[in-house]
Amino acid sequence: MPQPLLRQAAGWLLCLLLMMPMHSALADWQAEQASTLLGTDSEARLAVLRQWVANGEPFAEAVLKALSEDALLIGAQRPLRKEGGHLVDLLSGQAVADTAMHTESVTINNRLRREVQASLALLRLFASNRAERLAAASALQSRATPAMVPVLERAVQQEKDPEISALLHLGLALAQLGSSDAQQRLQAVIALGESATPVTKATLSRLLLPGAEMDKTVLRQVESSLQQVNRRLLFGEAIASLFSGLSLGSILLLTALGLAITYGVMGILNMAHGELLMIGAYTTYAVQTLFRTHWPQWLDGYLFVAIPAAFAMAALVGMLLERTVIRWLYGRPLETLLATWGLSLILIQAVRLLFGAQNVEVANPSWMSGGVTLLPGVVLPWNRIIISLLALAVLALTWSLLNRTRLGLFVRAVTQNRPMAACVGVPTSRIDTLAFGLGSGIAGLGGVAISQIANVGPDMGQGYIVDSFLVVVLGGVGQLAGAVWAALGLGITAKLLEGWVGAVIAKILLLVFIIVFIQRRPQGLFVLKGRQTES
Amino acid sequence: MAHPMPSLQPHHPPLLPPLAWFGVALFAAFCLLAVPVLHLAVADGSPWHLSSYFVTLGGKILCYAIVAVALDLIWGYAGILSLGHGLFFALGGYAFGMYLMRAIGRDGVYHADLPDFMVFLNWKELPWYWAGSDHFWFSFLLVLLLPGLLAFVFGYFAFRSRIKGVYFSIITQALTYAGMLLFFRNETGFGGNNGFTDFKRLLGFNITSPEMRVFLFALTATTLIGTLLLCRLLITRKFGRVLTAIRDAESRVMFIGYQPLWYKLTAWTLSALLAALAGALYVPQVGIINPSEMSPANSIEIAIWVAVGGRASLIGPILGAVAVNLAKSWFTVSFPEYWLFFLGLLFVTVTLWLPGGLVSLWQRHQGEQP
Repeated sequence: MPQPLLRQAAGWLLCLLLMMPMHSALADWQAEQASTLLGTDSEARLAVLRQWVANGEPFAEAVLKALSEDALLIGAQRPLRKEGGHLVDLLSGQAVADTAMHTESVTINNRLRREVQASLALLRLFASNRAERLAAASALQSRATPAMVPVLERAVQQEKDPEISALLHLGLALAQLGSSDAQQRLQAVIALGESATPVTKATLSRLLLPGAEMDKTVLRQVESSLQQVNRRLLFGEAIASLFSGLSLGSILLLTALGLAITYGVMGILNMAHGELLMIGAYTTYAVQTLFRTHWPQWLDGYLFVAIPAAFAMAALVGMLLERTVIRWLYGRPLETLLATWGLSLILIQAVRLLFGAQNVEVANPSWMSGGVTLLPGVVLPWNRIIISLLALAVLALTWSLLNRTRLGLFVRAVTQNRPMAACVGVPTSRIDTLAFGLGSGIAGLGGVAISQIANVGPDMGQGYIVDSFLVVVLGGVGQLAGAVWAALGLGITAKLLEGWVGAVIAKILLLVFIIVFIQRRPQGLFVLKGRQTES
Repeated sequence: MAHPMPSLQPHHPPLLPPLAWFGVALFAAFCLLAVPVLHLAVADGSPWHLSSYFVTLGGKILCYAIVAVALDLIWGYAGILSLGHGLFFALGGYAFGMYLMRAIGRDGVYHADLPDFMVFLNWKELPWYWAGSDHFWFSFLLVLLLPGLLAFVFGYFAFRSRIKGVYFSIITQALTYAGMLLFFRNETGFGGNNGFTDFKRLLGFNITSPEMRVFLFALTATTLIGTLLLCRLLITRKFGRVLTAIRDAESRVMFIGYQPLWYKLTAWTLSALLAALAGALYVPQVGIINPSEMSPANSIEIAIWVAVGGRASLIGPILGAVAVNLAKSWFTVSFPEYWLFFLGLLFVTVTLWLPGGLVSLWQRHQGEQP
């Protein structure tokens, strides 16, 4: 097992690194500092505190903490605090044997208290816990001051983690901007040019204000750095909106793919499609609840059970609907529309009675939280990435089912020429049921994806039905490729418009665009070649 | 042997058969005489007194009946199923609601010149599109012009591209969905998701008084009768024949030299106007208009009223609207959780077993008798 060993070794190394200064620094508690602390000269007291932090004294944290909690005592010129009836020496960490020792408590004013708080935050940069260091380094961006420069320099030297190190460099540069040395400021501005956060942009823009920066060379560098930062920020924004567009597109695709089969290929106008999504999402919820109550140790894996379960459940409901209602309405699309709308109302109310009218909570598995940091400020969330991959997988599966299997062959045969297919022995009515079940099952998979990012409630399906139909109609009826392009195109356009005019107006514009588009090209983006009369 | 030449003169059937005239007269007498007397003249405690709840409910249902007849005109006779009639209904309601909002004057919660929701949003002046909304006749024109114009433009492009069937249904649904999203925004200037409410007066009269209530009810009933006669007139003349022919075989109608576009467009725009009128009558009686009237579900419910009553028969939609809405009022009070089951089953059973609607039961009964 090489990995745990390695991790252990690294842990030991870290401990050693942390302990090394401890031995040498014990002596750096100077007796006269104790009396300065007890005195009233704020400047002198501040200087003492700063020196500890800058030197990275091992006792600094304990002493500052005691100070911030008004618990610091000085006895025999050593820092102490009371813990559970004992006096504890903060230098050695041992209880003091002499219980009757004479002690004086150190009181601080507000100015000192602020400084103590800031110093404690700075010291967290040296914490052994990575998350704590990361948080402290992130917080630096908004509060770096020139006084922190020595501490930050030391932190930069010690830091091994690349992500934290980058943040520290940025913080150091921000702190150095206040330096009186023009050369140092120049270095800082150059360093800031390498970053791409809104904070650096704001900081650099501030330097361009009249009177903020006097040195000509530094000013020139500020301008070019600002350009660099702007370019990078713009690039990051473009990447982010492209990604969220792709992600929205893959959700649209997942919700519309089932419809591309039932409506696009089979020609059944199923208004209950949104409710099949809802059934998929509720199946996910049910599987999650089952795992939570029976196998909490496997909770993270519930999704792997939910995916087939949602497919099966939605397919079953779909086949039931086809057998009982839809089959009698073939060739009467408007009647199908009304009847399936009625079915959707029944399904909504049934779920409402079974699970309650409130939204239910479906949690992401822990491995889906967090994200990949592409650039500073551009995070691609894992759940979105995984949903896009799921969409891709479902698309591949559907395509190969329709084009590479016997069932797919039969489905295409029945839709192209039903009587002829029946003549050569295709069981057309069973194929109808199976194909409708397939489309419904895929809707169920869409429901699993939606449950990971949006609310799950009885009437969630209604919000997707208009979108799904528009995707299928825009893409062109009869095949899958159109639906794919339409979904991705709509997703990306929606996100680009959203950044420009806001979410609601973007949606309205898209709807109007589609309405206009369909008037121009009633067959959609892609038309199957061949003779077609109006039906 | 010379066959007698069939007459080429158009044969106009009577506007209504005698029995139907009798029915209309009965309905008019009930709505214009009986209801006012029972509501206003009969004392409160009397078992014959008609409570304000029923008058308002009746007025509301008659508004729905007007929309149902309007939808039947294009669905039943032109074969175009609109899933966006709720939009025209709501637009008519909003256009008239603007007048009602301005008529509140300074009696709102904030005692300001502007409608309350604008004060709440900290707006300083009326948006430009509210100009003229304080004049009754201008608002009345707006009720007809705005939805009519929208329907005309939308219909022109849709019918010119020969969009029909489910495609047309879906894009009308998208249209009303877009309208709903637009009106839900506070910035649009129509009260966001609260819409318009708390009306005080209409043409200077108190809007909540019993007299006004009965007047609006009678006005709605009259409009319904007018709508019925107008549609009947249209469909018994050449216009209606061509419209029905387009529904049954559009290509053939084109081949013998008709341009279906204008027939469809006329019927469609008229239908939208009637829906808007119903909306304008609906708002003062119900006392509220908000964007949920534009939700796709509401529009599709109109279609089920028509289907339940019977398409391509003008009396059917009225029956359907009354029956379904009475059932809704009863269910939502007695068994609220089963209403959607009932409505859903209605959709399924009517399409599966009663495609001709309620009137087909009557026609079947008539057919059995020699």
